[in-house]
Amino acid sequence: MAENNHDMNRRDFLKTGAGTACLAGLGGLTWLARGKKSKSHTVWQLDPHVCVSCGNCENHCVLEISAVKCVHAFAMCGYCNLCTGFLRPDPVTLDSGAENEPCPTGAIKRTFIEDPYYEYTIDESLCIGCGKCVKGCAAFGNGSLFLQVRHDRCLNCNECSIAAACPSGAYKRVPAENPYLLKDVSHS
Amino acid sequence: MKTNLPVIYCLLSIALMQGVAWGIERFAPPDFESGHQLPQPTTPEPRESVLEYLDVVVLFLALVLASYLVLKRRSRKLIFVLMIFSIVYFGFWRKGCICPIGAIQNAVFTVFDADYAASITVVLFFLLPLAFTLFFGRVFCAGVCPLGAIQDVFLLKPISVPPWLESALRLLAYAYLGLAVLLAATGCAFVICRYDPFIGFFRMSATLNMLIVGACFLLVGIFVGRPYCRFFCPYGIILRLISRISRWRVTITPDECIKCRLCQDACPFGAIEEPTAEWAGQDYDKGKKILAIALGILPVLILLGGWGVSRTAGKMSRMHPTVKLADRIYLEESGQAKDTTDASAAFRGTGRSVEELYAETASIQFAVGRGSWILGGFLGLVIGLKLIMHCVRRPRTDYQADKAQCLACGRCFKYCPRERLRLAKLREQTASKG
Repeated sequence: MAENNHDMNRRDFLKTGAGTACLAGLGGLTWLARGKKSKSHTVWQLDPHVCVSCGNCENHCVLEISAVKCVHAFAMCGYCNLCTGFLRPDPVTLDSGAENEPCPTGAIKRTFIEDPYYEYTIDESLCIGCGKCVKGCAAFGNGSLFLQVRHDRCLNCNECSIAAACPSGAYKRVPAENPYLLKDVSHS
Repeated sequence: MKTNLPVIYCLLSIALMQGVAWGIERFAPPDFESGHQLPQPTTPEPRESVLEYLDVVVLFLALVLASYLVLKRRSRKLIFVLMIFSIVYFGFWRKGCICPIGAIQNAVFTVFDADYAASITVVLFFLLPLAFTLFFGRVFCAGVCPLGAIQDVFLLKPISVPPWLESALRLLAYAYLGLAVLLAATGCAFVICRYDPFIGFFRMSATLNMLIVGACFLLVGIFVGRPYCRFFCPYGIILRLISRISRWRVTITPDECIKCRLCQDACPFGAIEEPTAEWAGQDYDKGKKILAIALGILPVLILLGGWGVSRTAGKMSRMHPTVKLADRIYLEESGQAKDTTDASAAFRGTGRSVEELYAETASIQFAVGRGSWILGGFLGLVIGLKLIMHCVRRPRTDYQADKAQCLACGRCFKYCPRERLRLAKLREQTASKG
């Protein structure tokens, strides 16, 4: 009986020891995580300077309509009449007919400002993030149209499905305080 | 006008051939005479950090409540209510992300990647359930995990799984944990998130494949209790280990076991163990022999496992985007592929040298190769230890919930006659007070 008691004590001792080791391990991991540079909450964003507008953003987001949408850096825009983000390279007529626009949903609105300048704004409720206009603008224009993860829609998945499918490695985790990587004149 | 455009494009593209694809000022931004103000692009803010901390607080409170309900209140009904809350909050409201199961990968990636550090909320999501398990058993599984809860509500006609099959199937979970750790450590992929069968239901959108897998889990789960938790959940493996040494845990009877074995019918997870007698003499000798053999083949199993899994290292490393890219570039460089892919075109656009890419790939492949030996060794060790544990017998006098396996769901409480007696007494007391 005495021996049995002794046995129990040993087991309890081992158990407590292992428990303490576990706690120490958990504490150690916390410390390690804190010791690293970025401690803030992060969100996903794509770097427009790396993006090749392949069209994966439209299809790989877990949301039915992607959280990625087109953004316009107006300060970079040439306000061209013949906008290659707004019109296909070979349009039938120079108007907003569906056969003339690269945008499959007609999300780009064209407004006359003054001769010969037009302003192009994105209707985000229509934009599906396909990047067709981005490609057109980058090919022949100033590259002022670009894609961004819109954080009012993004679910911030632990592993972003688009990031996993991105061919150019444009996706990265950025601090939540600074959640956009916008193109602007100085960066261009 | 129509005929003009292609000509203009041609001229433009020739003139701009040497230009970079983006961001050159081909058309100077205009100075408006009308004084037109340039609009600014909008930047909707992400979810506030405060709300992320709120999630951690909710997780903590849910764990406290689960511990109380399992250990003190002993009420299956209230645990069920907590489960529904978890499905609604962590599942449908928070869309299942971030969860402690997936946070394993963030923790591992933090340790192995020089640049990545998991945010403190993610670290807490990973650690809190572990800490609670260390003290109170697997209360996280009982009522807080949305993945467990959604399976639990589907469990309608439980059938029992033979212990040998249960034990064998659980190897899948060890393999899944090992694989997830390896792939996260080498930066290949976060497979736990990628192949989460239930998150599609929470988000109400998923690929068809994952929806089918999720539906299969739920359908099987009508008969086999919580199949994902028992046979696949990588976090469950960690919780099992910690739960073995937990300070307090589920007790089926509130005071003494009368060995009626009623509780065994209650458990849909086969987690209730019968009392066992001491071994008879010849059994003991036989056990010793088997133990000797098991100990002898343990190193063989470890080496065999390591060798076996290291055969698949090439396949695993190809999950890494860099390795995949290097494969493609090699095909193009050696002339086996004539066209380019989006990825290879993007790579050539960066101006990085192919040698640099190959060198990076080699280091990733080396890391995955080394990791696959460790993973295989780990699996061999698990199988070996399983054999060894079969030769070890702990005498038990009562019906007990298995320390590791018990998910603290609380189904067995009501089945215990002693518990019914306790509840009757409680009712009497409150009635006499009232």
